[in-house]
Amino acid sequence: MNFNPTQFYADWATILPECFLLLWACVITGAAVFGRKEEQKSGTFAIWTLIGTVITAVWVALTQDGAAFGGTFVFDRLAVVFKEIILGGVILTAAASVGTVARLRAHRGEFYGLILFSAVGMMLMVSATELLTLYISLELSTVTLFVLAAYHKTNRKSAEAGLKYVILGGISSAVLLYGVAILYGMTGTTELVKLSQEIQKIYMTSGAFPPGLALALLFLLAGFGFKLALAPFHMWAPDVYEGAPTPITAYLSVASKAAALAAFLRIFFVGVQPSQLIWTQMIAALAALAMIIGNATAIVQTNIKRMLAYSSVAQIGYILVGAVAVDAWGATAITYYTMAYLFANMGAFVCVIAFADRTGSEEIADYTALSRRSPLLAGFLSLFLLSLAGIPPTAGFLAKYYVFAAAIQKGYLWLVLIGVATSVVALYYYATVIMKMYFPADQPEGGFPVARTLVIVLGVAALGVLTLGIVPGPFVDWVKAAAQMFVPPT
Amino acid sequence: MSGLLSWMIFLPLIGAVVALLMPKDNHRLIRGVAFVATLLPLILAVVLLAQYDPSTAEFQFVELAPWISGLNVNYHLGVDGISVPMLALTALLCFLAALISFNITKRVKEYFAFFLLLETGMLGVFASLDFFLFYVFWEVMLVPMYFLIGIWGGPRKEYAAIKFFLYTLFGSIFMLVAVLALYFTSTPHSLSIIEHIQRAPQMTRGFQLFAFAFFFIAFAIKIPTLPFHTWLPDAHVEAPTAVSVLLAGVLLKMGTYGLLRISLPMFPQAAKFYAFPMAILGVAGIVYGALVCMAQTDLKKLVAYSSVSHMGYCLVGIAALGSVAGISGCMFQMISHGLITGALFILVGVIYDRAHTREIDAFGGMWIKVPVYSGIMILFILGSLGLPGLSGFVSEFMVFLGAFPYYNVTVAIAVLGVLLTAAYFLRMVQRMFLGPVAGHTEGLTEINLREIIAVAPLAVLMIAIGVYPALLSNVIQPTIENLVRLIGA
Repeated sequence: MNFNPTQFYADWATILPECFLLLWACVITGAAVFGRKEEQKSGTFAIWTLIGTVITAVWVALTQDGAAFGGTFVFDRLAVVFKEIILGGVILTAAASVGTVARLRAHRGEFYGLILFSAVGMMLMVSATELLTLYISLELSTVTLFVLAAYHKTNRKSAEAGLKYVILGGISSAVLLYGVAILYGMTGTTELVKLSQEIQKIYMTSGAFPPGLALALLFLLAGFGFKLALAPFHMWAPDVYEGAPTPITAYLSVASKAAALAAFLRIFFVGVQPSQLIWTQMIAALAALAMIIGNATAIVQTNIKRMLAYSSVAQIGYILVGAVAVDAWGATAITYYTMAYLFANMGAFVCVIAFADRTGSEEIADYTALSRRSPLLAGFLSLFLLSLAGIPPTAGFLAKYYVFAAAIQKGYLWLVLIGVATSVVALYYYATVIMKMYFPADQPEGGFPVARTLVIVLGVAALGVLTLGIVPGPFVDWVKAAAQMFVPPT
Repeated sequence: MSGLLSWMIFLPLIGAVVALLMPKDNHRLIRGVAFVATLLPLILAVVLLAQYDPSTAEFQFVELAPWISGLNVNYHLGVDGISVPMLALTALLCFLAALISFNITKRVKEYFAFFLLLETGMLGVFASLDFFLFYVFWEVMLVPMYFLIGIWGGPRKEYAAIKFFLYTLFGSIFMLVAVLALYFTSTPHSLSIIEHIQRAPQMTRGFQLFAFAFFFIAFAIKIPTLPFHTWLPDAHVEAPTAVSVLLAGVLLKMGTYGLLRISLPMFPQAAKFYAFPMAILGVAGIVYGALVCMAQTDLKKLVAYSSVSHMGYCLVGIAALGSVAGISGCMFQMISHGLITGALFILVGVIYDRAHTREIDAFGGMWIKVPVYSGIMILFILGSLGLPGLSGFVSEFMVFLGAFPYYNVTVAIAVLGVLLTAAYFLRMVQRMFLGPVAGHTEGLTEINLREIIAVAPLAVLMIAIGVYPALLSNVIQPTIENLVRLIGA
């Protein structure tokens, strides 16, 4: 292959946002290592870097299109949507970390550096159209998250969280890689589009369903199940969520899941799409399980981070209800739900951060009469919880509407019925928190203000929740256009 | 006036935002905002009644604009003979309920913000012609209601609030599933209620049976009909007076309104199939509600259970599908029950505010001590038990008239319910108002002017409709004739 300058330029222009982010991640980490004095500013610096990345990504989206690096990497509309979702999540995380980082005794700058490194991994992941590229970018984001989860390393819970996450994360990566290997063995390719053609061929020639493929699908699903904390692969989630520094918990539950969902869409809606008859059944079963287990277990939690952990297990269940429709509808539903979930879940965790900053508690019982102590915080948290519960006019309602619509369209009435029934259960525990905050008549001591950066983060998240719920038109169109690539060939 | 419905719906919402911006401790100012924000929709409701053309069944004051074009969701409002009276009733009861809420002193700002948000939700439901919009308003109501019961309610408010929230959400999600099914079975995909009514003849019988059942769960919980009624006594007993008024006066009617607006014209075959079971449920509600009332010692609980009983008449009227009289009777009962029960809850609140108890046995001889109050209360009780000349009689009579040809035995049993109603109400009157002054009656003071103003319009309307039913039937007649034609087709 001859060197082609135009092609070279086009290839690198496509990953400009990632390069930009990577560069600054190195600078921030370097500054933290070599110049301890500059460390104080690393938070602000990280946020400006991310905003710069958003701008770069938008610029690339406007100027570049299509595949690069021999078709292993694409910058299509779907990638743009997910990159913006992830960047949104990372920006909110970085901004929400300020207080947490200020309390760290050392390694403040690296905290942001690591967040940015994992963001690079996630951004690469949503563009990967080849299984190994995808795997490597997944690892880049996960390995940095292992470190971040154990960042409070002197705290037993945080250390335990890090260790659990390493072990289970490692196993899940291995399982995923094994699935990839089987697929490669059967088809001789790791490129998703070719993979789908090869699988089609296998069907055509053999007529029967090859057992190896079933095994590969199972491994892929299990691998993704771990990454997404989908029941029954969710066991790590509550402990890690509880132990990790709360901004990292928020990050784990939002941005890393968004990236994994994008990869999920690419693999399952393109790569192994020809065998959808089988894996949609599996997904339906797993989604039902996640909704039931997640919601039922969330009810009995007394720690709000654990409650939100189980609630996000259930939320992933709802998102994957959309996956039974392997077409543009389903992809739109999943993407829209991810957007809605980003703002609502992020917002809820930031409320937890704000509350813990002032009171040092993560117990739901301590939220009693919060509406008297900090009406602002109680109002925000109620809004986010109602969005997670799917009550209109919040984003969560339209998101649920969308995924249920996708499933009904494919005739999965039973799945939708489980979904709606469990959302009533879900409302119970969300509403219980709201009840604690508002209903008691006592006037507790100690009103407290919320840190200014957190108010801004909460405001942005609330704006997102309401905008996606009340004037969703442009966003629906945006996501719909991105999902057009999944229109099944007729 | 263009956008009249939008203004009517969203003025309370604007009021809620304004109220939130007011200083927390200036109760007078916040009450003033609430007064204006409920008075303006009432004025608009009067304008609506004046401008509404009752000679046709067409939708009027239609507003149509795309909302989420990617999902074919439209902002579609419009009214016909069924929704106009409901809108007027809602605006009136909200205004009166705001008046009687002026004695709330706890967390006033939040109270009126939630109250006004609730009004927006209720008005929106009665004016929506798009399923998505309808559902959004239907659900939006739950949140303020949850807070209103939960913060300002009685001793068991937490339990009652969450029971109400979960129960109604449980019902409405079934509606959501049915809406989605309707959306995907239509070509082109549509969420317009009008379009689905038009394509009713093309729907298969099986689909109609399924969709009707799913909608019915949502509506039956709201009404509430018999097996689904258990949230109602709890919610009513714990809720503050004004919220009880709106619960009984407006929220319960959403169930029957939904049946009239959606279920009957959209799924006529299923309606015929389910008519008799509905009649049975209705009669069971009438008799069961009345029997339970006999056993009540708490005045508010008595009025709450009487609602279960009275809403049963609506269901019997609806079950008489082919009869204009039956369905008109249901409409009359919705309005009449809204007026009467709304007033009864206000009046129960009046003595509760003074005596801090609602036990029937704690009172006696009120007629001697507080004659004006007693007179008004007895007037409404007579209306509730169906005394001729008052609106309750008209509605019950029409329901029986319409339903008798279809279900003679069932209706005969329902008529027994009237007897039971008279029994429990008269027993209550006897114990509380007649005889020598006893118990808490001693310390009672007479009903004050603000409270009289709150019930007077209800009394006037109750008598006016009772004496001259054409007042209401003129408005609803063409729409209901059209409805009966649609069911027959």
